[in-house]
Amino acid sequence: MMEAINLSLGERLRGVSAQIAEGQVTAICGPNGAGKSTLIRLLAGVLKPTDGEALLDGVRLDEMPARARARAIGYLPQEPQIAWDLSVRNLVSLGRLPHGDLRAEPVEAAMAAMALDEFADRPVSTLSGGERARALLARVLAGEPRAILADEPFAALDLAHQASLARHLRTQTDNGRAVVVVVHDLALAHNLADRVILLKEGGLLAEGAPPEALSTANLHAAFGIQARWLGEPGAWVLSHSIDGA
Amino acid sequence: MNRSVIALIALLLLAIPLSLVAGRAWIFDLDRPDALLIIAELRLPRALLAVTVGAGLGAAGAAMQGYLRNPLADPGLFGIAPGAALGAVLSFSFGFAASGWLLPIFTLVGAGGAMALLALLAGRGGGIALFTLAGLMIASLAGALTSLVISLAPNPWALSEIVTWLMGALTDRSWADVALAAPLTLAGIAVLALAAPALDALTLGEDAARSMGVNMDRVLTLLVIGVGLTIGSGVAVAGIIGFVGLMVPHIVRPFTDRRPSSLIVPSALAGGLLVLVADSVLRALPLVSELRLGIALSLIGAPFFLWLLLRLRRGGGLGLT
Repeated sequence: MMEAINLSLGERLRGVSAQIAEGQVTAICGPNGAGKSTLIRLLAGVLKPTDGEALLDGVRLDEMPARARARAIGYLPQEPQIAWDLSVRNLVSLGRLPHGDLRAEPVEAAMAAMALDEFADRPVSTLSGGERARALLARVLAGEPRAILADEPFAALDLAHQASLARHLRTQTDNGRAVVVVVHDLALAHNLADRVILLKEGGLLAEGAPPEALSTANLHAAFGIQARWLGEPGAWVLSHSIDGA
Repeated sequence: MNRSVIALIALLLLAIPLSLVAGRAWIFDLDRPDALLIIAELRLPRALLAVTVGAGLGAAGAAMQGYLRNPLADPGLFGIAPGAALGAVLSFSFGFAASGWLLPIFTLVGAGGAMALLALLAGRGGGIALFTLAGLMIASLAGALTSLVISLAPNPWALSEIVTWLMGALTDRSWADVALAAPLTLAGIAVLALAAPALDALTLGEDAARSMGVNMDRVLTLLVIGVGLTIGSGVAVAGIIGFVGLMVPHIVRPFTDRRPSSLIVPSALAGGLLVLVADSVLRALPLVSELRLGIALSLIGAPFFLWLLLRLRRGGGLGLT
């Protein structure tokens, strides 16, 4: 569905090629500065690549009309801002902007999907962190995109809200949507994702199912840690040896 | 049309006839000699000009606050009106002001140029602090250049004319001023309204707005043209009238759904109402000489700004999250 071919942006991302399949959750992982946000912003069409191409159904994003791209790809930025104290319903209805309509059904459906019905008329400033994260995701859903790209949506959420948001994101793939998330928590990536793109220093280190992409060898190469996945129910054991520390 | 717009239109329809009656000499008796002449040739154009100038200031303030996601943005404080004033003073000192269209061209270019400079320096993600600093610097630069031009004024009469004009007033204006400012202001508000959906998208930040298909260059162009037209034409006919663009969106915002797009038209109406009421009250005050409108609104506006800062410091209540 989406494809990155030799995607580059100066020194921040160098020749990354990867596939994003519909109906799957793809996690982008890697250490700080690896180019995760750059990759997801290029895939969202927010940035223009200096080399290579980002494709949606074989069409280059930077050659698509902006509105058509915006209808197909919903993007949730890192540390999303809400400048004015809108009601939850008005916030979610911003998702309709690429369509140029204010149809109520998708807005109500998005709020229902994120379990926000009872908050619909509350100002966003009164929401908890978890509710706010769900409201921001509902905004993306209201645009009925084919792909949802979220940059660290789990940051600043406690475990319960992380699990809840992960469940909501997972549900979206049932509708055939592609979901791409930048995730720092490797256990979360393992549990949530069908595929993992592991980056290091702007380049692609590994791509594949979580057990392969997040293998002990790859994790050592990416993070300089010795760690292994214990399997279901899922927990990491991090040995004491962190390289250089 | 929502309730706040209807209420504001009703208030304006009430205030305009009242302002025709009000003045140092109240006119209740239309049979009185010159009554119709005073109303038709002095007070009516002045009232319409007050509404026009206020509407431009209100709409420009609302659009700037939306674009910059900054509740302290104001065309006067952040250098746009001073830029227009610099243009005006230059045209005065070159002796162009007498020839109808040159003065507004200078003010439009001054206002648009200042807005473009501000957006280049600090717009879009520059943060409130950087933006405020850049705005204040443009305002002081424009102010300093204005003073320089004034100090080089060719004669004391020109000097006096410029200084009085800078204080902002609607005294002795004519239909010619209305004919000049009204179409330009209306066009400016229409241009700002075109940017409204993009301003809504910008509520979520620039990256989110881009991902929603917003062309940031187009929004900036619309803002520069819209603010240039509204503020430039306002300054051309009324001099500098400060703080309206700051105060009005704050007063109106609680009565709207707080989306920037819902704020532009009500802010235009409320701005028109505020300037009209202020100008009528000043005209009716029993003072030896009429208090200048620009000075009076600054006397209200500056404490309002301080109050906003206090609320901002206490962390809330400005419609921010």
